[in-house]
Amino acid sequence: MAQVPAHVLVVDDEPNILLSLEFLMQQAGFDVTTAEDGESALAHIDANRPDLLLLDISLPGISGFDVLGQLRATPATRHLKIIMLTAHGREIEREKGMALGADDYITKPFSTRALVEMVKALLTEANHDAP
Amino acid sequence: MRSDLVVLAAAFGYLALLFVVAAWGDRRAEAGRSAIGSPTVYALSIAVYCTAWTFYGSVGRASSQGPHFLLIYLGPTLAMLSAPFVIRKMVRIAARQRITSIADFISARYGKSAGLGAMVAFMALISSTPYIALQLKAITVSHAVLVNYPRPADMALEQAHFWIDKSFWVAMVLAVFIILFGTRHLDASERHEGMVAAIALESLVKLVAFLAVGIFVVFVMFNGPGDLLGQVARTPELSRVLSLEQVPGGATGWVGVLILAVLAFLTLPRQFQVLVVENVDETHIDRASWLFPLYLLLINLFVIPIALAGLLLGGASADPDSFVLTLPLSAGAQALPLFVFIGGLSAATGMMIVETIALSTMVSNQLVMPLLLRLDLLHLSGKGELAAWLLGIRRIAIVLILLLGYGYHALIGDAYSLVTIGLVSFVGAAQFAPAMLIGLYWRGATRTGALLGLGAGFGIWAYTLLIPGFAQSGWLDISLIEQGPWGIGWLNPYALFGLEGWDIYTHALLWSLMANVGLLVGVSLFARQSALEQTQAALFTEALHPNLPSASLWHGQTTQGELGELLNRYLGVAATRRVFALPSGKLPGSAFTQPSERTFAADRPASHQLITRAEQALAGSLGNASARVLINSVVRGEALDLESILSILDTTSQALEYNRRLEQKSAELERASEALRRANERLRELDRLKDEFIAMVSHELRTPLTSIRAFAEILHAEDSLEADKRRHFLNVIVHESQRLSRLIEEILDLAKLESGRLTLNPERLDLAALARRSVDAVARLQHDRGVSLDVELPDAPAMIVGDADRLEQVIINLLDNAGKFSDHTTPHVLLRLGRHKDHFRLSVEDNGPGISAAERERVFEKFHQLQQQEHTQGRPRGSGLGLAISRGIIAHLGGRLWVENGKQLAGACLTLELPEAPPTMPRQAGHHDLNA
Repeated sequence: MAQVPAHVLVVDDEPNILLSLEFLMQQAGFDVTTAEDGESALAHIDANRPDLLLLDISLPGISGFDVLGQLRATPATRHLKIIMLTAHGREIEREKGMALGADDYITKPFSTRALVEMVKALLTEANHDAP
Repeated sequence: MRSDLVVLAAAFGYLALLFVVAAWGDRRAEAGRSAIGSPTVYALSIAVYCTAWTFYGSVGRASSQGPHFLLIYLGPTLAMLSAPFVIRKMVRIAARQRITSIADFISARYGKSAGLGAMVAFMALISSTPYIALQLKAITVSHAVLVNYPRPADMALEQAHFWIDKSFWVAMVLAVFIILFGTRHLDASERHEGMVAAIALESLVKLVAFLAVGIFVVFVMFNGPGDLLGQVARTPELSRVLSLEQVPGGATGWVGVLILAVLAFLTLPRQFQVLVVENVDETHIDRASWLFPLYLLLINLFVIPIALAGLLLGGASADPDSFVLTLPLSAGAQALPLFVFIGGLSAATGMMIVETIALSTMVSNQLVMPLLLRLDLLHLSGKGELAAWLLGIRRIAIVLILLLGYGYHALIGDAYSLVTIGLVSFVGAAQFAPAMLIGLYWRGATRTGALLGLGAGFGIWAYTLLIPGFAQSGWLDISLIEQGPWGIGWLNPYALFGLEGWDIYTHALLWSLMANVGLLVGVSLFARQSALEQTQAALFTEALHPNLPSASLWHGQTTQGELGELLNRYLGVAATRRVFALPSGKLPGSAFTQPSERTFAADRPASHQLITRAEQALAGSLGNASARVLINSVVRGEALDLESILSILDTTSQALEYNRRLEQKSAELERASEALRRANERLRELDRLKDEFIAMVSHELRTPLTSIRAFAEILHAEDSLEADKRRHFLNVIVHESQRLSRLIEEILDLAKLESGRLTLNPERLDLAALARRSVDAVARLQHDRGVSLDVELPDAPAMIVGDADRLEQVIINLLDNAGKFSDHTTPHVLLRLGRHKDHFRLSVEDNGPGISAAERERVFEKFHQLQQQEHTQGRPRGSGLGLAISRGIIAHLGGRLWVENGKQLAGACLTLELPEAPPTMPRQAGHHDLNA
């Protein structure tokens, strides 16, 4: 059965990081879209319903936490899989992200393999959860 | 001619009224409801200062010497200015030490010296005698004027024999009255509250009487002051009365009499009595300090008008001292002259009552009692006869004092005017001032110094004022004051050591005070003080000190029984009970005690506090010197040993010093803890900033590292990557690695800047050349970004002192920022260099959106990123440290770096300003011309 590839949206304001994430997700066989800030990310999610979101915390304009909060407050996106990315290694940020409803959390610089596995695991989980 | 009977009846009636008031005041005091608990009564009682001299004499004085009389009232007014300090101090000491008179005060100050007390008492007695004589003369003369008018009062006839001399009988009547009045009390130590009430009333009576005659003269005999002065103006020889030239001795005379009045106001026995001894409440001083001067103003208001009126209306025939009486008499007034007479009587009797009581206390406590104690002539059986003894002595003293006054009056009374007699007494009383006032403030003043100073001052007073009086009256050879004794001119009492041309009072005051103060201070500098003297000196000079202990200074041993017996013998059962604070019926060691009770306390040692209380109680009746002798008689061992006194004083001053240090320490501690708290706050703030900085640094480092690791892993994992992509990814790794290095460099720079370890190599350099070099360095990059760069540089070199590498780094950073900030479609940057006063300014302006006022300072913060920054255009992002570092470097070079909105391109404009380098070599001075 030919599966429709999962759709991943990557949000980061660092062009080079964005480039690496885009490449990694493509290599893993996902459909990838990129966004550089929270506003355009929200607009894209509204229009295209991605399956998973890689979300950086420090974004220009509205922050990653704000984006996360808005998504979890909206019924349509309440179950969207979200992985937070941060360059801040502080434990409190991780706790805050998880409390706001992130599915997982990864600190920069990250292991590419660990990230890809994390994404795959969440998407598999999502398929099992699906009715 | 007026009926003598009416006058006498009025006088006696008035005295009876006074007696009733005094009795009422005493009864109130006994009932514990003081009738003199008002500061107004206190102020009025001080007005006992105004005697018959004021009442009759001021007009007399004004008639011949113009406004000179005012000095006598200006002095006390000045003295009252010092009331909050000097008088308050005296009052507090008197209350603490149970002082009974000025003699007691001076004796107590100098170690409770019996000799000094006796000397002051003797001097007070002698110097007051003329003054009492003055009052007698005033009463007699005013009575004669009143009764004989319009015939002149023929005084000479009446003095043929003393038993037909009215003054003698006046003195005797007053003696009886004062005995009834001032020595009614069995307990001689109490204050005379009734007397003070009566004196306050007398002060009112004389004031009202004087104002009445003044108003009568000015408004009834004349049509107001305008009329009076108009008539005077038409009589040229009268105008001179108003002028100041009439004062004898000129300016020195003025100053002399003024000083004299200030001192006498504080030292006259009766003034000390009402001011200090009779003061019941220290706070009364405050109101008296303005109310009493006001009283003086009122009573002097009509002096000159009355004098002028008297001189206008046939003054030649009448004695100016009697104008207040003769004027209303000449106008035919009926009741007013009698009222004036009563006013004069009240002025005279007020002085005589207080003065005589004060003097009799001194005579009994300072002269007679110590003598009786020393000769062991005082036989007391313990039934409170001491009071009887004291009252007996005082009654005799009262009679003798008044007789002495009468004697002086009878002998030389006619030779002087009222004021003249008064001034003689003033100079005598002023001799107490050095010992009293210097003793109040200088702890080093000694008993020996005071004794010698007083003796010399008094001697000179007697020689220059008292004895010449006898010569002028014909009792001594008049050549004494004309040629000097035995014809020795420089010994002339009125021109001592050739000092001529002064009025006799200033002359006497100068010599006597000079000797007095000179000896007091000079001898004190060399004489040693006894332990008791030191103690008393400290208690006096430190009287207003809030921490002054009411030190119990007795260190000898005695039993309560012995002490009780002593007190009982001298003061009676009631007073002893008060000292021991016992309920009635219990008295240690007393003959009245039941045998069973006798043992209860009699053998117990008396505490030091009890001994001190006993001494104070005795001092209240007998004076300080006698009290000390009596206590010494029962206290065994060294009653007052030097060591313990010194140690008490020492402990006191040590405690004070310790206290002061403690306060100082605690203030220091408070300051230190405040500083510590602030430092702590600052540390916490710095700690927070450090945490923030580390988080920022870690964030900034992680970002390029993330790209590097990700692409390195991708390149590592993907062998089959097409060449283009591989090259692109490798490029990213290189680029991000450079970014990482640059970041680390910047962080290290910043750390050096902030810790002050940044090493700069300052040298003279041309900022214009440097700017050109920086522009060249970035031109390529700017061109690649599509930024057009304009440069405006001066032709002349812009010499500054700076570090070339660092400055280039700053300028490049500014140019780089400007290119990045400008989000215009055709970015444009302008660099300009110019002179501003003695500085050079280099500014870099762009055509971007500019920076809002709120953001302007924040752009220099570490890791600050502008919101609208480059991400929309995908340009590489700065670390946010560049401007912070640039500002630090410029500050290190003594310049400034700031941001504003550009005037030419309307974008952001960053300007750095550096001082012009001082010309070092003569050859280079020429560049100034180029700049110009």
